[in-house]
Amino acid sequence: MTLIDRTKDFLDHAGQIARFAGRLFSLSIKPPYEIKEFLAQCYFIGYKSLPLVGLTGFIMGLVLTMQLRPSLVYYGVQSQLPVMVGVAIVREIGPVITALIFAGKIGSSIGAELGSMKVTEQIDAMEVSGTNPYKYLVATRVVATILMLPVLTMLGDAISLFGAYIGVNINSVTSFNLFFTQIFRNLQFGDVVPAMIKTFFFGFVVGVIGCYKGYNSSKGTRGVGNSANSAVVLSSVLIFVVDLLAVQITALLGLN
Amino acid sequence: MRSGAAKTATKENNDPVITIENLCKGFGDNKVLQGFNLRLNKQENLVVLGRSGSGKSVLIKCIIGLLTPDSGDITVFGDHVSELDHEALDRLRTKIGFLFQSNALYDSMTIRENLEFPLRRHWFEISQEDVDDMVMEALENVSLQHTVDMMPAELSGGMAKRVALARTMILKPDIILYDEPTTGLDPVTAKEIENLIVKLQKKYKTSSIIISHDMTCVKNTSDRVVLLLDGKCYADGTFDELKNSTDEHIGQFFE
Repeated sequence: MTLIDRTKDFLDHAGQIARFAGRLFSLSIKPPYEIKEFLAQCYFIGYKSLPLVGLTGFIMGLVLTMQLRPSLVYYGVQSQLPVMVGVAIVREIGPVITALIFAGKIGSSIGAELGSMKVTEQIDAMEVSGTNPYKYLVATRVVATILMLPVLTMLGDAISLFGAYIGVNINSVTSFNLFFTQIFRNLQFGDVVPAMIKTFFFGFVVGVIGCYKGYNSSKGTRGVGNSANSAVVLSSVLIFVVDLLAVQITALLGLN
Repeated sequence: MRSGAAKTATKENNDPVITIENLCKGFGDNKVLQGFNLRLNKQENLVVLGRSGSGKSVLIKCIIGLLTPDSGDITVFGDHVSELDHEALDRLRTKIGFLFQSNALYDSMTIRENLEFPLRRHWFEISQEDVDDMVMEALENVSLQHTVDMMPAELSGGMAKRVALARTMILKPDIILYDEPTTGLDPVTAKEIENLIVKLQKKYKTSSIIISHDMTCVKNTSDRVVLLLDGKCYADGTFDELKNSTDEHIGQFFE
C-alpha cells in the first residue's frame, strides 16, 4: 500500500468517525430520551470504574512522591514536595492517567459489547423493532462517558493526593492538614479548570471511539476482538493528541 | 410455473400486503438480486426457497429496510419503503415482525426484558400490569412461561428460537418475516417451530414470508412457494405444484 493510499485510508476513516460523532449531537437532543439506559450506563461506566481508578490513582500518587523526593532533597527543596506533586497530579498526570485507565476498561468494554451485539444481529433486531440503536446504544454510552470521566478524575486526583501524603510520610512526618494546605494554597484557577475541562473531551473520545469500533465491527470473533483492541489503542492515542491541543489552547489563553 | 407466473391463490383474500418489483441488490461485483418480483397476499404463508447465498435473507432485509436496494421498488401496505424517512420506517416496522436466523435475543437482558423491550418503545402509555399480561401471553403461545426470568444463555437452541418468535409476535405484527426458522434445529424441535408458525398465523391472521431450504419446513408451512434462482423468481406455485414439476432446477430441491 502506497503512502497516498494510506493517507486516503486515514482521511476516510477520520471522516467516518467525524460523521459518526456528528450524528450523536443531532440524535442526543431529540426526544424520547433513553433515561433508564443512560443511568444504567452511568452506573456501569462511572461507579464500576471507581475501584480501578482509585487503586491506580493511589499507587500513582505514592510512587510519584517516592520518585520525586531524592531529586528535591538533592537540591534542598524537599519542603516543596507536596506542591510539586499536587500540581503535577491535578494538572496533568491525574487527568491523563485516569483517561488512559478509563480507555482500557471502558473503551474495550464498549467496543466488545457493541461488536458482539453487531455480529449476533442484536443491533439489527433493535432496528427492526423500530428502535434507533444509535440513540439507544451509542448516545447513552457517549454521554455517560463524557459526564463520568470528569467525576472519576476528580475522585482519582483526591485518592492520588492521599497516596502522595502517605508517600511523604514514609520518609518524614508531615501532618495531613499541612500537606493539603500547602497543595491547595498553591493550586490556581489555571491548574484546575483547564485540566477538568479536557477530561470532558477525553470522555467524549473514549465513548465515540469505543462505540464506533463496536458498531462497525466486522463479522466473527476476530472482528469483535479487533474492535475492542483498536478502540483502546485509538482512544489512547487520541487522548494524548487532545491533551497536546488542550495544553496549546491553555497557553494561548494565558492560563498556564 | 415460470417466473412472473403468480398463479396460485390459496387464500380467499388476495389483497397484496407486500409487492416487490424489479428488485436489484448487489455487493460489489456480486449481484445477488437481479430484477426480483414478488407479491405477498394477506394472510398468506409464502416460502422463499433457494440455495445458500442466493439472496433470500438479503430479500427480507431489503423489505424491512435493513438493506437498501440498488434499484427496484418495495411496497408494504401501500408505502414505498425506499421513500420513507426514519420515523415513518420505524412506524412501519412495528407492523412487521422479523425472526432472525440467529434469534438475536438481547443477551444482557432477561427473557421478560427481551419481550418488554419492543412494547416499552412503542406503547408509552401501557401499564406494567398490561405489559406483564402481554409478556405472559406471548410466552404462553410458545409454551415457555417458566423461562420468563431466565437469561437467553440459559436456553437451548429450540427454546431460544421459540422465545425469539414470542418477541417477534408481541407487537401483534401484520406481517412476519422468518429467516430460516428451522436451520440448526433437530427434526423434533424443527417440527415444533413449524407447528408454531402455522398456529400463530391462524391465531393472529398474519401474512408471512418464510426463508428456508428445509423441505419439511417448506411443506408444512407454505401456502405458496417461490423459488429464487440467479437473483430472480424462477418458479411460483404451491408445494405440490413445484414438487411435481419436471423442471431440472426445481427438481433438485425435491430429490
